[in-house]
Amino acid sequence: MATLTATRPLATPNRQLRHFTATASITLFGLLVLLAFLAPLGYMTLTSFKTLQQIQDPNSQFLPSSPVNFNYEGKDLPLLQVPLPDGSVRELALFKPGREASVFVDPANPTAAPLEWTGRWRTLEPVYRFAPTLDNFPTAWNQINFGLLFRNTFIIAISGTIGTLLSSIAVAYGFSRFRIPGINVIFLVLMATIILPSQVTLIPTYVFFRTIGWGGTWWPLIIPHFFANAYNVFLLRQYFKGIPRDMDEAAMMDGANPLQTLIQVIIPQSWPALTAVAMFHFFFAWNDFFTPLVYLQGREDLYPISVGLTQFNNVFSTQPGLLMAAAIMAIALPVVIFFLAQRVFMQGIVITGVDK
Amino acid sequence: MAAISRSAPQTRGLSPLRRREINWGLLFLSPWIIGFIAFTALPMIASLVMSFTNYNPIQPGATRFLGLDNYQRLVTDPQLLNAIGVTLRFALISVPLSILLPLGLALLVNSERLFGKNVFRTLFYMPYMIPVVAGVMVWGGILNSESGWLNRLIEALFGIQGPRWYQDENWVLPALSIMGFWGVGNTMLTLLAGLQNVPTELYEAAKVDGAGPVTSFFNITVPMISPVVFYNLVLAIIGAFQYFTQAYIISNGRGDPNGATMFYSLYLYKTAFGFLDMGYGATLAWIMFVVVLILTIVLFQTQNRWVYYGGGND
Repeated sequence: MATLTATRPLATPNRQLRHFTATASITLFGLLVLLAFLAPLGYMTLTSFKTLQQIQDPNSQFLPSSPVNFNYEGKDLPLLQVPLPDGSVRELALFKPGREASVFVDPANPTAAPLEWTGRWRTLEPVYRFAPTLDNFPTAWNQINFGLLFRNTFIIAISGTIGTLLSSIAVAYGFSRFRIPGINVIFLVLMATIILPSQVTLIPTYVFFRTIGWGGTWWPLIIPHFFANAYNVFLLRQYFKGIPRDMDEAAMMDGANPLQTLIQVIIPQSWPALTAVAMFHFFFAWNDFFTPLVYLQGREDLYPISVGLTQFNNVFSTQPGLLMAAAIMAIALPVVIFFLAQRVFMQGIVITGVDK
Repeated sequence: MAAISRSAPQTRGLSPLRRREINWGLLFLSPWIIGFIAFTALPMIASLVMSFTNYNPIQPGATRFLGLDNYQRLVTDPQLLNAIGVTLRFALISVPLSILLPLGLALLVNSERLFGKNVFRTLFYMPYMIPVVAGVMVWGGILNSESGWLNRLIEALFGIQGPRWYQDENWVLPALSIMGFWGVGNTMLTLLAGLQNVPTELYEAAKVDGAGPVTSFFNITVPMISPVVFYNLVLAIIGAFQYFTQAYIISNGRGDPNGATMFYSLYLYKTAFGFLDMGYGATLAWIMFVVVLILTIVLFQTQNRWVYYGGGND
């Protein structure tokens, strides 16, 4: 404790080296963790380019590869890796398989005399060549009717996004700018709904929507989002509070009513937060499984991707290539949007998360 | 409560300007107020009422008031006992992981020695955006007992056969927890923001006092980020109780293998939408709500023992 900073060395080469070593080792460690973390994406991509045969191959390969045959005198002969007495390993085509000894042909020199090799050919490794297939994508697309699923998901997600934006902007504006008696209690109730399990309102809400004839329609997936939700209101309220009041007071002076102030002053300054809310909802809707499962039972023509993909997963569980191709198609759009807008998006989360 | 009593006397005799402000404010709040009444408050009450009946949507005419029958049934329902057990076991595995793993990642991507921090942050966050259904499918391949990469790695490293993750009732919950790794991005970011809010003076002062990195971590970092940890802990526990989608997808809602994935929410779904026993379903929903509420209150009570709120919040 008492050893205060007696000597504080300046940046000596030794220190720089230590600095560099630390950076290199931590970054390397980070890369390893990241590699493990994202390995499933690698599995997904590689598998989506494999044929069923390549997947079921007992010596299944890391890359989409198939065993190679060599056409010799009109017959397809399997190419094997044959260790020769001189210690080298050569790729030879199996011409006459035998139990203890077999005859091979050298594909590089097929006209030469066939080669006698002693040993069990079954223990030999076949030769593989990189042979990806693109067939899984169109097959999966057609089997699952991806076009329809995309269309449905889009309609649901976009409508809900519009609803959640309109309502959350209004409510957040109400919470951030107006002195209303009891508004703190109202805000607490709003925040308390975050911990409310949706199950407790589920059954009566379901019965209600069924009774008014909305069972088997998209309305129950869209309309509730026109009534704001706690996360989005909280995020926007924090953001609106950061906008100086002088600006809306100036607008008020010019005779703008609160609605005009909201549209002319607040909204134009809040694009990052609004983008974050819109994207949160879009991803939520893209991902939502439970609501469509409950409300769209038996209406396959209305299914969004989440439910449609689950069905596909059940039917084609023995064909990983098709499943992974479908998974890639389902995640492509969210991932692309995320990378395009990641800055706005990650800032939005930090705003919501911290001040809680 | 205090806010109401403080402001209630003001409502009378307000200036027209104040009244106008209140009216506009209420107008803006109205979407949420209406939605709260229509989609939260009324359904909650209706759900409570339903929990005392045998409501079945196929024969709504045959609905009778059962008194406390549904609540008595809870005690003798072996499937419910199993569902609670599954949910608690899962929470025990997944809740600590869902805090510790993102904390480790947040420390990593906060390190000044990490090159390309923003790239790491983005990539660690990214799987959070991947739709759960697709995530389950991909992890299903990784966790496949024969061809999955995880078991091949286990075999390569330790020379033993890995477990049959999805088919083994002892391993399916750990498998689901591993799958949950992909959802840590959000927690990581909130923890990262917490880490960045720790004033650097504290670390410098500790260094002057001779504290090493480990001491600094436990005596400065942990208390300073405890509010964020607390917030994420509450969400993780609620999340464990509501865990549904992944469990539904891996066995198409059957709870296989042998009921080991019949989570509370899944059992509720099966009761209400499979057997259409919505009265009992409402009972299950209310019990879940009460349990979550009690847990949250208990957590909030323990808060002042371990959560440090530095002065000058808000």
